Amino acid sequence: MSEHPLNNFLSLYSDSLKRLALNDSGFVFDPMTGQSFTVNPCGLELLKLMQKQKDVELINHQILAEFDITAEILERDFLEFSEQLRRYLK
Amino acid sequence: MKTASKKVHQLTVAITGMNARADNPGPGVAVARCLREVAKFEGKIIGLGYDVLDPGLFQTELTDAGYLLPYPSAGEHELLERLQYIQEQEQIDILIPCLDAEILSMIHLQDQIAELGITMLLPSEAQLQLRNKDRLHQFASSADVKTPKQTTITSSSFFYDCEKKGWSYPLVVKGQFYDAGIAHNPEQAVGLFHKIAAVWGMPILVQKLIEGDEVNLTGLGDGKGNLLGAVMMRKRAVTEKGKAWAGMTVHDEGLLQAAQKLVAALKWSGPLEVEMMRDKHGDYYLIEINPRFPAWIYLAKASGNNLPWTLLEMLQQQPLSKLTAPVAGTLFIRYAQEVIVSLADFEAMTMTGERAVELL
Amino acid sequence: MTKKLLKTWQKPSITPHQMGTLNKFGRPVSGDYVEKIDGVAVSDLLREYGSPLFVISEKRLRDNIRQMKRAFESRYQPVIHAWSYKTNYLNAVCATLHQEGSWAEVVSAFEYEKARALGVPAERILFNGPHKKRAILERCVTEGARIHIDNLDELYLLDTIAREFDKVTSVTLRLNFDTGYTEDWSRFGFNLGSGAALDAAIRIGNSSHLKLRGLHSHIGTFILDPRAYQVQVEKMCGFMELIEQQTHALIDSIDIGGGFASQNALQGSYLPTEQVVPTMSQYADTICGTLLKMTAQREAQGKPRLKLILESGRAVVDDSEVLISSVVAGKRLPDGRASYVMDAGVNLLFTAFWYNHKVKHTRPLQGIPEETVLYGPLCMNIDIIRQSILLPPLSVGDSLVLSPAGAYNNTQWMQFIEYRPAIVMVHENSLVSVVRRAEKLEDLNGFESLPTHLNGQFKFAE
Repeated sequence: MSEHPLNNFLSLYSDSLKRLALNDSGFVFDPMTGQSFTVNPCGLELLKLMQKQKDVELINHQILAEFDITAEILERDFLEFSEQLRRYLK
Repeated sequence: MKTASKKVHQLTVAITGMNARADNPGPGVAVARCLREVAKFEGKIIGLGYDVLDPGLFQTELTDAGYLLPYPSAGEHELLERLQYIQEQEQIDILIPCLDAEILSMIHLQDQIAELGITMLLPSEAQLQLRNKDRLHQFASSADVKTPKQTTITSSSFFYDCEKKGWSYPLVVKGQFYDAGIAHNPEQAVGLFHKIAAVWGMPILVQKLIEGDEVNLTGLGDGKGNLLGAVMMRKRAVTEKGKAWAGMTVHDEGLLQAAQKLVAALKWSGPLEVEMMRDKHGDYYLIEINPRFPAWIYLAKASGNNLPWTLLEMLQQQPLSKLTAPVAGTLFIRYAQEVIVSLADFEAMTMTGERAVELL
Repeated sequence: MTKKLLKTWQKPSITPHQMGTLNKFGRPVSGDYVEKIDGVAVSDLLREYGSPLFVISEKRLRDNIRQMKRAFESRYQPVIHAWSYKTNYLNAVCATLHQEGSWAEVVSAFEYEKARALGVPAERILFNGPHKKRAILERCVTEGARIHIDNLDELYLLDTIAREFDKVTSVTLRLNFDTGYTEDWSRFGFNLGSGAALDAAIRIGNSSHLKLRGLHSHIGTFILDPRAYQVQVEKMCGFMELIEQQTHALIDSIDIGGGFASQNALQGSYLPTEQVVPTMSQYADTICGTLLKMTAQREAQGKPRLKLILESGRAVVDDSEVLISSVVAGKRLPDGRASYVMDAGVNLLFTAFWYNHKVKHTRPLQGIPEETVLYGPLCMNIDIIRQSILLPPLSVGDSLVLSPAGAYNNTQWMQFIEYRPAIVMVHENSLVSVVRRAEKLEDLNGFESLPTHLNGQFKFAE
């Protein structure tokens, strides 16, 4: 069985994710590139977890415990979010 | 009324047009500077902008707070809602709109904005429209002021046979709202026609090009036909966009008389800028009347007439400070300077559209 | 045992700040949504009739035509409104307007037959347009419809038919000219400046069977400057004086066509719609004022008072109809923008090529609005409903209300790739009628016939 695609992303982008300055207002600042972003509350939640965790299962577990969401939709949305991040954190 | 009792030097004044790109600055920062430098002024100045990078929103020495407004294309309802919110935070007494594109919205919303407790000095919608680009020549001739020969066209075929009809190149090709260019031959003219029509729509205005000196005048209309505090300026150097980056006060009787005739005919109320060309025969041609203070308004203050301050006095129905006939020869040179913004302020403006007054 | 209250999930998203274009205070945000249309819940409509769905408000349609007639009749009388069939020829729409007194303005044999089948008397039909073949002209002459002559060939053909049937036929001459405000629509009718219009009027004057009674012109579409109509009325009245002097014509009506703008946003428009689109009163003021001035002497000369005919389509119907469409899928584009596949595209909302329609959600949505593209369902690159709009994140199944959709969509829509959906009308008592049911395979196959030897015996590759 191959690795979950998000685990690959999390280990590859671990350093980039950690350097992001996150603010509860949804303002995100990347000190390396000088780029700033707006992230929505669920995106912020995921970013905070990703800064602590490299295991997608643990992140999913946390989100599913907190939010009214199925595992299937979470996986789909998380994948799409990681595609966005991959683009901006290059 | 709440504002009438307030002293002029205690007012909270909101000013739009806080944009200040070096090649084409808005007037807001200069208007704020005119007020801030009045020694007895203890009120607050609220900067209103349309872009996070409008520097006036962050210049703490000029503005006490800064807020973003919705773009005019978003509609009047959105503008009013935003002003309501800002009013809850800041208790503004007077608003000075400084951008052409927002004046009509402000006129439409004037009553509702007044209900919020904010007063403005604006022309009526009819007065504003008389000076629209496509009607200006009609109005000006009724006021006995010349304009460059002008016609409206809807087909570019005009440019191929216009010489038979008494036109000669170079010609000015203009959009009905904005944008203009000079064409030296039919091919250039047709190119401009299509470029401008694609953005600003039909019809297109064609004008005879007047060669000579551009002279500008700013002042205040009192609504009864009088022009108060006129200050005149001739551009000495311009940016790539044709905006002044150096200019000098002048006293040009021809310009003054033309402006007085226009203000009298319009019964103009509020700030205005009159742009004219003086050709080599000494004839004056009206190019534009702008319904606001110009970006060079600080020159008016520096040469003796602080017109933004006079505007506050007019709105508060107070006796006006003495206005003079400015001495010719005062020069301004514009320069660029960096405004420093902390990440926190940048974040606040980005996320919430405001830099609120800091509580001490 | 108490269950922990779970938080609402929104699709996560992150948007980079692009300097110089950054102002999220520029657009309405999530508070603004449409839950009901004239008292009927959008969700009930979709459950009952499926998605996508066109919804017409009968009340709005009646209000619009009444308001327009009030604006004109309070300034000039008599005024006739002729409903421009091509704008929306659903029977329910036409019938509503005929109940309100509107005549029919048609531009093809099909539209003429549709109006007659609906019960419009021929003498209440104005027949316009460049395409009128002999058969339909014969029917119009026999039945007594008013024909607007577009070109010389038509003039001669009509003259021949009127003589053959020995029927004196009143006609209207269509004119074109430059107003200085609008593009010259010189392909329709006879040109004033070149003298073609005068020649045609004289030719009609010499006919034993044709009587020139009306003048018509249509100066364009989505006209934003009422002064264009002032020039139009002046030119038409000037021409009327001229031909009444030079021929035996006695004009009884001036038809100024349509072209009034609706509250829709033309793409590329800089100012907000409410600042560029004149009110009906402004149009009426200019048109009626000019007409009164130009015809002040007519009564003294013993001539009949002119009927003012309006053929406004868009301004009457556009905002009385909306299109409800649902999200089929969401897709993040490589450049970071959000995008959604909707179940309605340019196949149904044909006007999306030129206008930025208003888009409203049908429930309060959470989340930060971000730049979004709305795609239609077609497997075609051009199928875009909105190229760029700020919307909060949407989920599959969310519905959006696109408006105004009443003008030119139900006539120019395409049966391309997809079935066309149902159209319902909400009546003033909040009852709903299906005024055009959704298409089915049998409907479309019904047009076709398959040659016997092509029936079956398919040999598919393995």
